[in-house]
Amino acid sequence: MNDIIQLTLYQLGAAFIFVIVLLIIVKIRKLKRETLLIIATLRMTVQLVIVGYVLVFLFDVSHPLLTVLVILIMEAFAIYTIIKRAGKHINKALKRIIVISMLSGTLISVLYFIVVVIGLSPWYDPQYFIPIAGMLIGNAMTGISIGVNKLIQDMTTHKASIENALMLGATPKKASKHLVDQAFDAAIIPTINSMLGMGIIFLPGMMTGQILSGVSPLTAIEYQIAIMLGILGSVSLTVLLFVQLGYKTYFNDQAQLKYKE
Amino acid sequence: MFTLKNVRYKHIVKVDNLSIESEKITCILGKSGAGKTTLLKLLNKMITPDEGTIFFHDKPIDTIDSVALRRQVVMLAQTPSLYPHTVEDNLQIGRLFSDKAPVDVDHLKRMLQIVELNKALSDEVDTLSGGEKQRLALGRMLLMKPDVYLLDEPSASLDEQTANLIIKQVVEYTKKHQKTLIMITHQDTIAKRYADTIINMVDGQLVQGGGVRE
Repeated sequence: MNDIIQLTLYQLGAAFIFVIVLLIIVKIRKLKRETLLIIATLRMTVQLVIVGYVLVFLFDVSHPLLTVLVILIMEAFAIYTIIKRAGKHINKALKRIIVISMLSGTLISVLYFIVVVIGLSPWYDPQYFIPIAGMLIGNAMTGISIGVNKLIQDMTTHKASIENALMLGATPKKASKHLVDQAFDAAIIPTINSMLGMGIIFLPGMMTGQILSGVSPLTAIEYQIAIMLGILGSVSLTVLLFVQLGYKTYFNDQAQLKYKE
Repeated sequence: MFTLKNVRYKHIVKVDNLSIESEKITCILGKSGAGKTTLLKLLNKMITPDEGTIFFHDKPIDTIDSVALRRQVVMLAQTPSLYPHTVEDNLQIGRLFSDKAPVDVDHLKRMLQIVELNKALSDEVDTLSGGEKQRLALGRMLLMKPDVYLLDEPSASLDEQTANLIIKQVVEYTKKHQKTLIMITHQDTIAKRYADTIINMVDGQLVQGGGVRE
């Protein structure tokens, strides 16, 4: 493949023209989005510059503890985001289930991917471990967020139908099966849809990045296929754990619906 | 069958002493807010009393598994939920919920006659009126063949004539199959006509006037 074109600061600066154009449009149309746009641009730039230096440092040092630390920070941030997105309606028990499902679902998938699919040596090589874990954790976060919101919403709005099923002798599992299935379905559908459109409607970011940095498109697609399957696994495992454990938090040990005190 | 001793539930139900006989028809009368529905829910362990004990066949119900109890003591809510798709699905789902084998089509059709529901088994439940849904839910419950039926105002969304017909059918059905029926109603006439025992409730307590049918 060709050599990579290294961007000079001047060239990078030229890309900022897009922001300036948008700023002018926003100003003319009085959309009052100037501040937000400037903050977003600055944050994006500063955050990426920091990440760039942090990654360089991590790659240079290449220490297992550092890799593990980075993964834990990612997990913590993902879990925090999920809980925040779920809003006020989330109870303590559900929060605990989110932590358990995220940690076990994503870590099992990441380790399987690193050890079996890629066969990485050493296993903690940050150049592979960190971006792969990032993609698997990030997508699981989006999936589980949808699942959490759907389950909370359905368990609340369909309370009467669950109660009716219990009255007819259903176990809590049977009474909520329909809703659990729907939450799981809603959470994994976006991942399946993105697989359907992949390569035709859009070129995925990771693949584009690899191609731009000089990797053969054939190698890039190999990685892309593998990572897509890894994402599917990580999303489904995480969401499955969540819904299977999550519905139980709505019942007590007498198979009764918990009522708000 | 059921014996209640000093049962209290959140200022809603205060019952010191109550016995409900098996294979009889018991009607619970009272204004709304009197605690009738809560009393029924206590009987099939949808809720647990704060104080006191409920016995079912002389066994405290807190020692009986909730799901197992509800399969013997089935309750029909005042506004019963229907589940997706057809009339047939909804007739069978009660048995499905309680791990019983589905019944055959003849059985289902006979049940539609018993509850006076003039619909095909393949009809979607979305097309049913409120009264029809109520009758479907009643049929679903009768098909489960439990020992005890708990009915929360089964005639609430039916006109008087249909209500009388349906209740007559249900009463006959439970008598024929030697089942126990405990039914909430706000209509004195229904209670007087069919009940072996009438329980009057005011503010969660039993009051005088409960008695045997003349």
